[in-house]
Amino acid sequence: MTDTYAQARETTEGRVFTVTGGDWDAVLGGDDPIHDEKIVVNMGPQHPSTHGVLRLVLELEGETVREARTVIGYLHTGIEKNLEYRTWTQGTTFVTRMDYLAPIFNETGYCLAVEKLLGIEDQITERANTIRVLMMELNRISSHLVWLATTGMELGALSMMIYGFREREYILDIFEMCSGLRMNMAYVRPGGLAQDVPDEAIAKIREFLGWMPDRIDMYEDLLSGSPIWQSRTQGVAYLNVTGCLALGITGPVLRSAGLPWDLRKTQPYCGYETYDFDVPTHPDGDVWGRYQVRLAEMRESLKIIEQALERLEPGPIMIADRKIAWPAQLALGTDGLGNSLEHVAKIMGQSMESLIHHFKLVTEGFRVPPGQVFTEIEAPRGTLGVHAVSDGGTRPMRVHFREPSFVNLQAIPAMAEGGLLADVIAGGASLDPVMGGCDR
Amino acid sequence: MSNPELGTSGKQQGMFGVSGTGDVSGYGGLVRRRPALVASPKPYGGYFDEVTDALEEAYPEFADAIEMVVVDRGELTLHIKPARIAEVCQVLRDHEALRFEMCSSVSGVDYLGSADDPRRLHAVYHLTSMTYRRRIRLECSVTAENPHLPSVTQVYPTADWQERETFDMFGIVFDGHPALTRILMPDDWEGFPQRKDYPLGGVPVEYKGGAEIPPPDQRRAYK
Repeated sequence: MTDTYAQARETTEGRVFTVTGGDWDAVLGGDDPIHDEKIVVNMGPQHPSTHGVLRLVLELEGETVREARTVIGYLHTGIEKNLEYRTWTQGTTFVTRMDYLAPIFNETGYCLAVEKLLGIEDQITERANTIRVLMMELNRISSHLVWLATTGMELGALSMMIYGFREREYILDIFEMCSGLRMNMAYVRPGGLAQDVPDEAIAKIREFLGWMPDRIDMYEDLLSGSPIWQSRTQGVAYLNVTGCLALGITGPVLRSAGLPWDLRKTQPYCGYETYDFDVPTHPDGDVWGRYQVRLAEMRESLKIIEQALERLEPGPIMIADRKIAWPAQLALGTDGLGNSLEHVAKIMGQSMESLIHHFKLVTEGFRVPPGQVFTEIEAPRGTLGVHAVSDGGTRPMRVHFREPSFVNLQAIPAMAEGGLLADVIAGGASLDPVMGGCDR
Repeated sequence: MSNPELGTSGKQQGMFGVSGTGDVSGYGGLVRRRPALVASPKPYGGYFDEVTDALEEAYPEFADAIEMVVVDRGELTLHIKPARIAEVCQVLRDHEALRFEMCSSVSGVDYLGSADDPRRLHAVYHLTSMTYRRRIRLECSVTAENPHLPSVTQVYPTADWQERETFDMFGIVFDGHPALTRILMPDDWEGFPQRKDYPLGGVPVEYKGGAEIPPPDQRRAYK
């Protein structure tokens, strides 16, 4: 057959069609459509529903997926290797770029590991911990909003995309007020935070807390009742607790199968044990369940943010130990954000020792005693683990990230095989993979 | 990509564009001693004793399989004889007093130049017990010449991709893995990038239209 849109060629595996956008009648024209011939479809790596550069190799029998294989690595940037050539503090600048929808989580996970290596977990100030929790929960909401937005778009609920990104933008504005950057902020640093939260940001967060619950109700009103949304999500991409544990799946996917495993409750960090919140679960273990769990988690995050704001007392945001703490507070000058003039005056005019100390700490960094640690935090996508190894120097010897996107993507064959092609999109989206995190 | 230096064990020679050590402290010649790993004495404290005692009881080969027990920074590390790792994981997962249901992470570390040099490649497993809310670390060390150890994918299917990543980055071969291929690097990549003797630079950056800038180690340095 000759078709300009779908050229066919014979291979050892059988006839292969190259579809460049045409109509399927022409592709299948010469063959009996109900013939059991299998076709292999390459979905991605450039495909709008793959959340980046994920490639799925699908073997189809009609519209049924018989085999699904996942190919990753297209966004591998060698962040783990790069970390070994930068100081421990500079590491935050790298790790914040991994899972770009959850930068605060990457930073916090990494900093908790560095602090554990240094043995300074107890010296992190109350205010720094509270702001970390505050920022993480804001980030969790913004990440879940992107999930809701993109999944809505992929399943045909386009309005959800607009609303989700609109509200997320508001949270990014809050991040910008606090750190100067919307994304990749490198805000959490070993020993504390880069900067304090300004008062305007607190006011903006309070405003956000005022209208966000209604917005979440609005999303629910928009989607939950829709018969299309229901039939695209209910009973789709089922995975039970046993399957999740075998494949190492954590986060909302595990909780949607009914196991209330949330590290904030089970192995708390940053003082999460002192906050009052619930771990939402769902009995169904399908895309619908994951949607319900994520909506409920956004509401729980709002509760945590409210409590964090209440207990936010003035105080230092960086550890008192001057051998670790970044030597200067940032301040806004006429030429933008930089070292505070007060600090510059001191090191340039008054204290030679301060200048040496500043220079050494900034260029060379602090030394971290040899050893290894493993810390885990509950990121929006599941367990984010950091395995950090120090050889006693100023740079990491090895930092490995147990990325939830990476591990969770192993579930695609289990979710997709035997189902319909269209449900691959729903199932893949329900895992909420971020390829920047997956490939690092 | 071809790299003649690959595989030849060597010392780390500073960073791109930096001659010397890059050390600004004035103590550039100082030799840093890397302390050899020392086994921790019993009792280990916390739940660590319960875990090791339960494992000793449930696993008759304990004395042979466990090379060393280290407790550091509130974390328990069991150094396991590489050939035994899959068996130990099976016991740790299934025994009712242990119940490490979840394999959180598999990663590699290259201890080139340390006291442990001959067996420089370490495979590190982090297990989580959801029942008892405990974490432990298992560590296996192998040589770069014979980097083989059994795969734990039969016990923990989640280790599939993580073992592939460790193979990809460190060249540790997990025998019995269903399809041990590269996962993050391109299939035809040579060498194992996370090894400490993997040469840095050496690869020019290519742009569309044939433009190319030299590798970082050959670029002009501002001195």
